[in-house]
Amino acid sequence: MSDLVSQKVNMIFKSLKGDTVHALKDITFTLKKGELLTVLGPSGCGKTTLLNIAAGFLRPTSGSITLGNSEINGPGVERGMVFQQGALFEWLTVNENVNFGLRMKKEDPIQTAKKVDEWLDIVGLKGFGNTPTYQLSGGMQQRVALARCLINDPDLILMDEPLGALDALTREKMQSLVLKIWKETGKTIILITHSVEEALLLGERVYVMAPRPGRIHKEYKLPFASMGLKEDLREIKNNKDFVSKREEILTMIWDMEEEIMGKEI
Amino acid sequence: MITGFVTFITIFAVVGAILYGRRLVKTEKSDAVFGNPERAKGGLHWVVVGSSFLLLSWLYYSWDIAKSFYPKSANELCQVAKVNESLLSLKYLFPIVERQHKSTAIIKRENLNIEDKITIIQNDPSLKDQDKKIFINILRSTKLMIPSLTDERYLEDDTKNIINELTIRLNKLTEDFPKDSYPNLSKEEENEINEGLKEQLGWGATGMEVPPIPESKRGLKFHAAAAEINSISDEFFEMRNHNPEYLRQSEAIFDEIKEYMDGLDDGLELDYIKDIKKLVRRIEYASIFPPKTLDELENAIRAFDKVQNNEQGNLRTIDILLFPAGTIVASGPQCSEAGPGRWLPKPSDTFRIFGEMLKPSVGYKMIPMLWYEMMGVNRIVGFILPDWIADIMPGKYPIHNEDGTVNPNFKSKVLDIVTGEFEAFKIPVPTGHIWDSFLRVFLGLSLGIIFGVPLGLFMGLNRFAKGFFDPLVELYRPVPPLAWAPLVITVFGIDNVGKVFLLFMVSFSIMIISARAGASGTQLSKIHAAHSLGASRWQIIREVIFPNSLPEILTGIRVAVGMCWGTLVAAEFLAGTTGIGFVENVARKYMQYEVIWITIFVMGMLGLIFDLTIRKIIDKTIPWRGKG
Repeated sequence: MSDLVSQKVNMIFKSLKGDTVHALKDITFTLKKGELLTVLGPSGCGKTTLLNIAAGFLRPTSGSITLGNSEINGPGVERGMVFQQGALFEWLTVNENVNFGLRMKKEDPIQTAKKVDEWLDIVGLKGFGNTPTYQLSGGMQQRVALARCLINDPDLILMDEPLGALDALTREKMQSLVLKIWKETGKTIILITHSVEEALLLGERVYVMAPRPGRIHKEYKLPFASMGLKEDLREIKNNKDFVSKREEILTMIWDMEEEIMGKEI
Repeated sequence: MITGFVTFITIFAVVGAILYGRRLVKTEKSDAVFGNPERAKGGLHWVVVGSSFLLLSWLYYSWDIAKSFYPKSANELCQVAKVNESLLSLKYLFPIVERQHKSTAIIKRENLNIEDKITIIQNDPSLKDQDKKIFINILRSTKLMIPSLTDERYLEDDTKNIINELTIRLNKLTEDFPKDSYPNLSKEEENEINEGLKEQLGWGATGMEVPPIPESKRGLKFHAAAAEINSISDEFFEMRNHNPEYLRQSEAIFDEIKEYMDGLDDGLELDYIKDIKKLVRRIEYASIFPPKTLDELENAIRAFDKVQNNEQGNLRTIDILLFPAGTIVASGPQCSEAGPGRWLPKPSDTFRIFGEMLKPSVGYKMIPMLWYEMMGVNRIVGFILPDWIADIMPGKYPIHNEDGTVNPNFKSKVLDIVTGEFEAFKIPVPTGHIWDSFLRVFLGLSLGIIFGVPLGLFMGLNRFAKGFFDPLVELYRPVPPLAWAPLVITVFGIDNVGKVFLLFMVSFSIMIISARAGASGTQLSKIHAAHSLGASRWQIIREVIFPNSLPEILTGIRVAVGMCWGTLVAAEFLAGTTGIGFVENVARKYMQYEVIWITIFVMGMLGLIFDLTIRKIIDKTIPWRGKG
């Protein structure tokens, strides 16, 4: 079983002057295969740090994080990442961006081309294969980024505010797409977001993190993600449960923010 | 011919474009206020006006319009210049060009000199009183000698006669000059001029000279008059106003000086007495005459000057209107242009000489501008392959036999190949000044790119590399490349190696800096993305960091091309035997202004071609620039 297991992960940043920042403190959780976790929290609570540790870009100060049976010790293909701005290679076309991972592994070009077409179809970019990526809109760029990540067939997909820079309409469409992909591929997904609504809509599980030191404040298990597979997302947003949960979490985050401000004053 | 045609066409174009522009303004709906950038759009007709003005200025100030419409004018102006030149020394005697009579000026000056000398001698403490007395005595008598020259009573009859005779000759010339029959040349003189005319080239044919032998009737008049005046002038200045009274006084002075000098060794006194002697001699050779003696001659000169001015007729108008900012001047028998016509070549001459130079058989200094030569492939192979390849082959080089022959073996055959000593077909290879310059820039730039880009990328990614190579690059980069040139040329020679190395130094630092900026400007998220897509280090450099740095690198190349081009021309100026800068340097030495302008034009064009090519490459390879 390729579960993601985090055990007492601590992250402490030190500056040359000797100041220390406790970015993460004793983060312990287990994410089963096929679960969709959304992480919420005020800015500066260590969400992105956690994701970077999971991706292997950072090494935790103490504790361990394992995927399946192997400890995460650096970036790897089994953990795909989607960034806020897409981070596409703008000198390449859509096709070349999507097959980047396979090209790096020097796989058979004919097989690769087939896979690229399949994935472009899934993310809704059929026929855009030869378009240079700098000509795409923001939403389309994120679709390319999704396809580029998924074509490598990773066990775990890490999304760092992937829909943060999109307009409201595109965002809703992309949310459905993420749910659809999650359902169809059964991948484990960690999605970081600023938007409470998005966290509730997409997250099977939601972690609300608190800052200073960064820690998991509260955990929710929610039914909305599975509902979203069948129903229209807009209807779910009007659901009573959804509204009350949203208010609860918003209040929680407000309190946290106020606490920080208070501390600073 | 063509110039005249072009002149008319351009004037026509200017008028047409201005009329069109005025009509356009009338039909345009225009803002009531100033500042709308829309108003700067279009305006091709003003481009026509602008370039026409440029062309017209060039045609006008290089005197090409004069040459085209009045091709004989330079030759005639040359004859006029000869007359003016020959008249000049005579004119200087009288208040025609100057304010005073020459005699007056000399007397004033020398009196002052004598007084100054006396004061200096009196105040010099290192002189003995006895010497002072002698010196001052000589100077006083010198001053007293001057009236012997300016007193009418002492003037000799011989001198009077000569002055009279010269005046009569001048008056006769003045009288004859306007007549149609003037000059009355002998058959021999006419033949001589005709012979000369046969060999005489046109205006500007040999650079800046103006044909000096008169080609027209009017020119001939001035030519002959100039000769006559020259002879009058020579005779006048040979004559001295040395009357017996003057000779008596001056002899006494020279005797005194000689007597004093005989008993003298080197020293201060000798310097003084030599100065005094010089002063006396100056008065001896100056043409000092009594105040009224030369009045007749002065009138004769003024009269002739008036007549010759009248005789110039429309030539004066041409000179004023079509020879702006200068004119034709004579110096002895030769004439030349003085003013912009000299250093601003005529368009017609420039294009003719450029066409001439482009011919491969002519070129410049025996080397064509841009041509090809057939070169054996063996020479190219021998140049590229290093000779040590043969050295590392197994075996030994063959030794000659007792019968005096040499049997080649494998090793010697390899040596033949690497040194290019074998038969091969020939291929055309470009050659010439322009190609040489181009090749140097191309090689220097390529080497700079090949070495600079990888090092720059490395420095942008690695703290050690940045720190280690930074001092090296930053110490030599701020020095102007030309400051390195003497050293580099001394070490690597005046030929291609030195120049290519200099250009390499220029482009290397620029490429390092731009590649480094490109590499360090890569977004971290792109590198993270590449990592999680499974790319290795090398793949990340090749597939992400390098393409991401391309905009910076290409901008760097564009800057480097400009720098290399400037440095190369200056380096070719310093030393070398080929190249466009060499051509300009030689042309400068021989004052071939047309060639200088041609090289400037060629350099401009080559620079433009380089820049356009790189701009095309930039548009093709990095269309995403500024859109990522």
